Amino acid sequence: MNGSRPDIEEILNVLETGLQDMLTLDPLLVGIHTGGAWLAEHLHHRVRLKEPTGYLDIGFYRDDFTRIGINPRVKASHLPVDIDERHIVLVDDVLHTGRTTRAAMNVLFDYGRPRSIILVVGIERNGRELPIQPDIVGMHLRLSATQHVKLHGPGELSFTISEKTS
Amino acid sequence: MTAGDNQYTAGGRLRHLLTTENLSRDTLTHILDTAESFIDFGQREIKKVPLLRGKTVVNLFFEDSTRTRTTFEIAAKRLSADVINLNASRLSTNKGETVLDTVRNLEAMHTDLFVVRDSQSGAAYLISQHVPEHVSIINAGDGRHAHPTQAMLDVFTIRQHRQDFHNLSVAIVGDILHSRVARSQIHALNTMGVPDIRVIAPRTLLPTEVERLGVHPYTDMHAGLEDADVVIMLRLQVERMQGSLIAGEREYFNLYGLTRDKLQRAKPGVLVMHPGPINRGLEIASDVADGDHSVILSQVTNGIAVRMSVMAILMGGRQKPDR
Repeated sequence: MNGSRPDIEEILNVLETGLQDMLTLDPLLVGIHTGGAWLAEHLHHRVRLKEPTGYLDIGFYRDDFTRIGINPRVKASHLPVDIDERHIVLVDDVLHTGRTTRAAMNVLFDYGRPRSIILVVGIERNGRELPIQPDIVGMHLRLSATQHVKLHGPGELSFTISEKTS
Repeated sequence: MTAGDNQYTAGGRLRHLLTTENLSRDTLTHILDTAESFIDFGQREIKKVPLLRGKTVVNLFFEDSTRTRTTFEIAAKRLSADVINLNASRLSTNKGETVLDTVRNLEAMHTDLFVVRDSQSGAAYLISQHVPEHVSIINAGDGRHAHPTQAMLDVFTIRQHRQDFHNLSVAIVGDILHSRVARSQIHALNTMGVPDIRVIAPRTLLPTEVERLGVHPYTDMHAGLEDADVVIMLRLQVERMQGSLIAGEREYFNLYGLTRDKLQRAKPGVLVMHPGPINRGLEIASDVADGDHSVILSQVTNGIAVRMSVMAILMGGRQKPDR
């Protein structure tokens, strides 16, 4: 670990400001399990929305299922309302390869046909493997391939950057 | 080597599901937890996940069972697999082809998972010994031996209502002797740490030395139901019985049929279960089968989630041969 800590308050401030314009569209906040769900929950406290936060677990949609199997901690996804024709704010803690976002969009479309989806991430880092880009970003980071950024929670949130051990 | 030993790979991954015997509590819990996340599929627009996309599942039923086959078929389809149903008793085994020849032929069509049902004990195990490494087998009932997914859905249903298994009394009532379901339930409940498992049946329908399975036998139903938390009624398998193992259907119902009156002996919040199809008025009274304590229909719903979970766990986590 190199001790560098992205400031979570600053990230939440940036995201809150970025969301203001679309609040009139009455969006549904949906967090990706687990880090994205924590971040969505904290964002939900800051913006005024009618419905509670939705949660997605992408465990059944991962593209590496054949290699690594089912995550023993996979949870049921939960969306509080029908998402047909709704504007969805998809929240994740870190955008890296883009594979999680791809899987999350597939999950959403199995629940219905949203009017629109925007992608909100706490940290955008380099290393994309799919043509997926965020709409609102808390912080941009350039990391080496061996570095790893992780959100800790759920109560008090904090990001840490560490060297991959493997 | 028994069926219980052939279920895991050398690396400890669950490869076949043949019996609940020798299945670890971790594996069982993993299956139940994963099933939990498949339960609320009803609310979804598209009741499918892509886990088994491109995989072929063959339901190989040498013994007819529309209900079990249907739940396996729905489970596989909700995981996006391609499913083929073969009622093999009407197919090539009638033309002299052996079971293994049938399986080899289907394998040559690149089947990934066989769901096998047979009236002979050991059929699924036999097949599991002869399939290549990338093929998995689920036992959907073999003779008197085992019916592991049924036992798991029963444990799953109990867990929905009772979180702690360590103070439960579970009574299994009926034809224990012929029941692969009872045998699988007993192993699974033992593994989950249920301290008091009772089997209730006339002496003629109890296996000899049944106590060795870790159960308490009763021939008197009233005594056996005393303070039970869960009562599992078994179907009286009239078609499997040779000779006169029961005195008569009316007398059987009087002694071992579950009625409101007998159920009074159990705990107030007792759960009544039955693997189906039920013989109303033979092993269970209609008003009990449809009554407040009955969770028989949620067992059916849960059966799909549990079978999805087993298929997903068997099919996942395997390095492709070409990698």
